Amino acid sequence: MLIAVLVGFAVALVAPLATQRLGDRAGWWLALLPAGLFAWYLTYLPAVAAGGSVSEATAWVPRLGVTLAMRMDGLSLLMALIVSGIGVAIVIYAGGYLKGDATLPRFYLILLGFMAAMLGLVTSDDLISLFVFWELTSITSYFLVGFKHQYADSRASALQALLVTAGGGLAMLAGFLMIVAITGSTSISGLIADPAPLLASPLLPAVIVLVAIGAFTKSAQFPFHFWLPNAMAAPTPVSAYLHSATMVKAGVYLLARLAPVFAAEPLWVWLLSLIGAATVVVAAGLALLRRDSKALLAYSTVVALATMVMLIGLGGEYAGAAAMVYLLAHALYKAPLFMVAGSVDHEAGSRDVTALRGLGRAMPFTWATALLAGVSAAGLPPLFGFVAKELAIEALLDTRAWLLVPLIGSGAVLLLIAVLVAWRPFAGREITAPKAVHEAPLSMLIGPLVLASAGVVLGFAPYLVGDALLVPAAAAVIGAPYAFDLYLWHGLTPALGLSALTVALGVFLTWRWRALHDALRARMGGSRFGPAGVYQRLIDGLVPFAQAFTRRVQPDDLRTHLTVITAVAVLATGLTGLVKGSLSLGVAHQPGYFYEYMVMAVVVAAALAAVRAHRRLPAITALGVLGFGIAIVFVFFAAPDLAITQFLVETLIVIIVALVLMRLPRHSLREEDNRAVRAVAGTVAALGGLLITSLTLAVTAGPLDARLSDFFAAESYPSALGRNIVNVILVDFRAIDTLGEITVLVVAAVGVYALLLRRDTSRDPDGVEPPRGSATSDGGDA
Amino acid sequence: MNSLILRTTTMLLITILLLFSVFLLLRGHDLPGGGFIGGLTAAAAVALYVLAFGAEAANGMVRVRPRALLGVGLTAAVSAGLIAVLFGTPFLTGHWLIFDLPGSAEVKLSTVLLFDVGVYLVVVGTVLTMLFALEGQ
Repeated sequence: MLIAVLVGFAVALVAPLATQRLGDRAGWWLALLPAGLFAWYLTYLPAVAAGGSVSEATAWVPRLGVTLAMRMDGLSLLMALIVSGIGVAIVIYAGGYLKGDATLPRFYLILLGFMAAMLGLVTSDDLISLFVFWELTSITSYFLVGFKHQYADSRASALQALLVTAGGGLAMLAGFLMIVAITGSTSISGLIADPAPLLASPLLPAVIVLVAIGAFTKSAQFPFHFWLPNAMAAPTPVSAYLHSATMVKAGVYLLARLAPVFAAEPLWVWLLSLIGAATVVVAAGLALLRRDSKALLAYSTVVALATMVMLIGLGGEYAGAAAMVYLLAHALYKAPLFMVAGSVDHEAGSRDVTALRGLGRAMPFTWATALLAGVSAAGLPPLFGFVAKELAIEALLDTRAWLLVPLIGSGAVLLLIAVLVAWRPFAGREITAPKAVHEAPLSMLIGPLVLASAGVVLGFAPYLVGDALLVPAAAAVIGAPYAFDLYLWHGLTPALGLSALTVALGVFLTWRWRALHDALRARMGGSRFGPAGVYQRLIDGLVPFAQAFTRRVQPDDLRTHLTVITAVAVLATGLTGLVKGSLSLGVAHQPGYFYEYMVMAVVVAAALAAVRAHRRLPAITALGVLGFGIAIVFVFFAAPDLAITQFLVETLIVIIVALVLMRLPRHSLREEDNRAVRAVAGTVAALGGLLITSLTLAVTAGPLDARLSDFFAAESYPSALGRNIVNVILVDFRAIDTLGEITVLVVAAVGVYALLLRRDTSRDPDGVEPPRGSATSDGGDA
Repeated sequence: MNSLILRTTTMLLITILLLFSVFLLLRGHDLPGGGFIGGLTAAAAVALYVLAFGAEAANGMVRVRPRALLGVGLTAAVSAGLIAVLFGTPFLTGHWLIFDLPGSAEVKLSTVLLFDVGVYLVVVGTVLTMLFALEGQ
């Protein structure tokens, strides 16, 4: 299973080259990847249909117990087949949709990369690797939503989708880490097999809420629903694939996967069913405000996802089965509907459902596809969508009947949306469209047509997927095998009556839509209210806040930087030290040699000279003398490496600073500073000195723990063939630290270089940036 | 700084200082020295040259761009780590090649030395990048 994911990533990497070589036919060739994966996943069908599962594991980070464990059961297989199967249609469709577009190679790279990540997500049996794949889908989604990055709208939507879904992913990671801390294992199947430790933990509510936040953000549940309609800024193949059929189902998948663990917890049941119900109501209501076909479909996707969340939350055999059937049905009708909307946009030049009429005359095949998918979306017989909806109604009748109210209300809205997208633009004698309309090319017809036809076939013959796929998938959600049969005709049941009621409501809504829509738009259109407004205010406020904060603590002059850094260090360390009582100023007097006192006197004199200096050069020179004095102390106490380094560093600092100073105008330090500034700087410096002194005294007061130095002394030659312990530590024992340090050096050097280059360009009269920093006369006594 | 004395001494000292920096680098594993110290010594030598003859002349003497040293140095250090991986040992494990020479002398070549050379180059590169960027305008 891992190999399938890796092949997916590998093909994604070569896809740009292949696309450039193959030109317009690239889509057909690249579709071989999802087609091959689909066929490969089908080979798991017999084992899964028999009620079993297939597992494999590859060690990844053995020290942390993270394995790339993969597991194929009914739920994973259902998702994997949806992802790869719809992937075939999408890859071919995108070849036609973005034909001749220079960005097509990049598009395929990200799209196929997403597919591989999504397949990894649904087959992972390890919490950590699931999280990694999860965030990979968020990141690829970010690139795809912002694909038309020249538009500010696209960029804002992409960032919103990323911040919401990746942010939720982090909440989910926190929940996962709690699970790992409680159970001591990252295995998902292990957790499902033995959830007792987790269920007994006092952290259980936190785990449930955090994991649910991850799922809700990904699957666009209230109050995080707002990113999904905005994500329609993506090219239509992306909307059809990521934002209806696959990625947004990751949240539903996660909830379904963990349902057997939490099913008995009231918090889980209430959280999922209430949030699901709230989302259904909110999304169905907001859909009435929209007339853009993709936005309408986005809201209907949110409704469908919320219905699944609700069903999973309710739990029980019926609900679990209904959720899985709904999952498949939704993927089969929503992806084609999106592609139809994209074809209409592509060939007729608009997505406004009120601006288009009579397209069916010019686009008969597209219309046929739209009708097949639309009838299924509306939940009408004899299509698969009807089977799914009937089952959902029955599940609710069986458990919490009051949840039928949002379900039936939203069912009416779904029917309305299906009519608006699949009927209204096509019907009529006269063609009305912004541009000359013609039929979509074969590449944009075949995928949606096949998917929509599958809805018809499965409507008449649901048993084709029932026992083999949906029963094992439902078993994974329910946590126990549960056999059910799917029928188109259930007989004259209460569910059928409620279905009829839904249709009647939907027809009424469709009839009155225009008036209702205009009235609602007039009242609420355009205002940004609710969670989307909160998000916007957060983002709008964050940047100015960061700027103001940065201006305050890191203004242009270096002196304030140093003051702030020192003050924070002194306060944080000093307060901790005071609270913990670990600071000490007690001096145990030890007699020293007279030359030690001499060096000390030199150091103190140099410090005083530096403080009292009127000009920069003497001040720097005095600091150099101070540094040399410290280095001599190192010599006294037998640390030659440290001493040499200190000597060299002090020398270089004096040289470099002298070079800087030569370029600065002569200024008296006293003239620049007023008393208040000097007082603050002096206080901070004194406190800093006091803290370091006290820390040093505290450290040396206790007995020295010699275990480390003894180890290094003993092992230096035998293990590392070196007699200079300092160097052996640097380049062997702790070489990875050194590697980090020299990397920091390189980054710092590049930074300095870039800053100095910038200074030169900022003198450019055309430059936007004003001259700033220590290069100006007022800034720097560096 | 236009000083004949400084220029003359610098010409005398520069070779010795640079050689000494390499000496410090190579002896570092057994005696005080090593990549950091050697690199700083070499950088100080070039800084002296800058003071005596100016940045342009120093740039000409060094011949390579200091920024290139940064890349080469970091690559050398990482390669030293990766060689260990090739041997199937954890990243940055030391591997040694010891040749015995006549007269109880020996030459020790190692990935550890390669690592230290990388440190040396990065340190020289960093200081010189800053120095030349400050001076060369």
